[in-house]
Amino acid sequence: MSELATNLRVVAALGRRSVRQTFRRPQLMAPIVVFPTLLLAVQTGGAGAAVNLPGFPPVQSFLQFMLAGAMMQSLMLAANSGGIALAVDIEMGFTDRLFAAPISRYAVVMGRLAGTAALGVASALWFLTIGLIFGAEIAGGVPGALVAIGLTAAATVAIGGLGASVALRTGQASIVQGMFPLIFVILFLSTAFFPDGLMVEPAQTIARYNPLSFVVEGIREPIVAGLDGTDVLDAVLAIAGIAAFSLLLSARALRHRLRVGG
Amino acid sequence: MRRQDIATIFALVDRSKNELLRVPGATIPGVLAPTIFFLGLNGVFSSLTQLTGFTTDSYSSFLVPVSVLQGAGFTGAAAGVNLARDIEQGWLDRLLASPAPRWVLLTGTVLAASLRAFIPATAVLLVAFGIGAHWPGLDGLLLTYAMVAVTAAVAACYASTLALHYKSQSAAPLMQAGMLALILMTTAYAPLELLQGWLQDVARLNPMTLVVDAVRQGFVGTITWEETWPAIVALTAMLTLVGALSLRGMRRTAA
Repeated sequence: MSELATNLRVVAALGRRSVRQTFRRPQLMAPIVVFPTLLLAVQTGGAGAAVNLPGFPPVQSFLQFMLAGAMMQSLMLAANSGGIALAVDIEMGFTDRLFAAPISRYAVVMGRLAGTAALGVASALWFLTIGLIFGAEIAGGVPGALVAIGLTAAATVAIGGLGASVALRTGQASIVQGMFPLIFVILFLSTAFFPDGLMVEPAQTIARYNPLSFVVEGIREPIVAGLDGTDVLDAVLAIAGIAAFSLLLSARALRHRLRVGG
Repeated sequence: MRRQDIATIFALVDRSKNELLRVPGATIPGVLAPTIFFLGLNGVFSSLTQLTGFTTDSYSSFLVPVSVLQGAGFTGAAAGVNLARDIEQGWLDRLLASPAPRWVLLTGTVLAASLRAFIPATAVLLVAFGIGAHWPGLDGLLLTYAMVAVTAAVAACYASTLALHYKSQSAAPLMQAGMLALILMTTAYAPLELLQGWLQDVARLNPMTLVVDAVRQGFVGTITWEETWPAIVALTAMLTLVGALSLRGMRRTAA
């Protein structure tokens, strides 16, 4: 029991450090908040007339539709930033010192992911607030907003695990940073920014089966339609699948890191 | 302009070229970002052409100008990041201690950015033509490259101003976000009449809208002088303004 308490304290301490680190370094914060907010503003104003297209799902406004996409984009960038920060810790020898301490190695990784999850929650709150200020309604009310925030936090941890696994495997921040463009490829090939029925092939087919589409639809449902549950359940399953995959990769990468050190 | 000034400018351009040859990977993000955005936005928003009032039925043709200018913006911003790196590493101090005038040092950086911007522009154009964007004609192509070069110069001056002010690569997001906002808050996604609310007002006032529309002419119709000269005036004004600011920053930087 005391070992669990120790590990939880480690996770909490490293999580706090991770959040502070992000807020202190504008180059880490900007991709999480500035770019998604800018794109949300521009896409809402630029493509807002799309809600008049035949086949566009019924929504109050394009901003309401886009909120989930912006949250998804932000959480993926937060996950990537978390991976970069972990890789920087490895490069600077900080993780070596943590691995030498009498604490669980998994707690070290979980601490980083806890911080990433906190950033995911912060970004979800940021975008929901922006949406409310600019007139978007949260159809599911407070419970709907809480579900959207919960899914965002869970998805941030699941996807953050992928960033952490790359950081642990390579130990190089530049390689994790190189995943940045990949995030946008995956996002564009999902329903983050537009309904799949109105996308062109092959993006349409890929978006239909992209696990991120399930996650984004789960976050979107409580915002645009209320708490029906179908899309939310799909999102939970998709997040569980991504989390299991990233856990497997992270565990293997951690073993590799402990073997090679550095 | 003295002969040694020209030699210094070309030496700085040469330094930038050497970086390209020695670290080819450094160009990849600048090329990838606009290309991914072009393909992604084209895949996602293509059906916008079905809206009444849209000026073309080919969204890829409509989007090309934004993507090439975005590439120019990123390349110019990268010049600012590189200048900040040079400041951090003390390289700029050594340049400032040389007898080369400040404007020469700045011109070398800006000219190198203008030339480097041709790389992402060419990559985006090749991809765009590959997926069926309209051929803008030789005059349209020349106009595109000219506007790309000057836009990159504007971005490089803007980013250099920030680099000289903050003296840190941490200002990189500010450099990139500033250019991204300038280029996207235009008729980037749809014609002016179809833009919603505030963006329509901002796009109407944003001088970059004139540049986007000028580059777009060849891809969605024919090139006219009436749509070209306002873009030339807009770019000249922007370059004069940010050029003066960056030169002021350079003059205030002590060796």
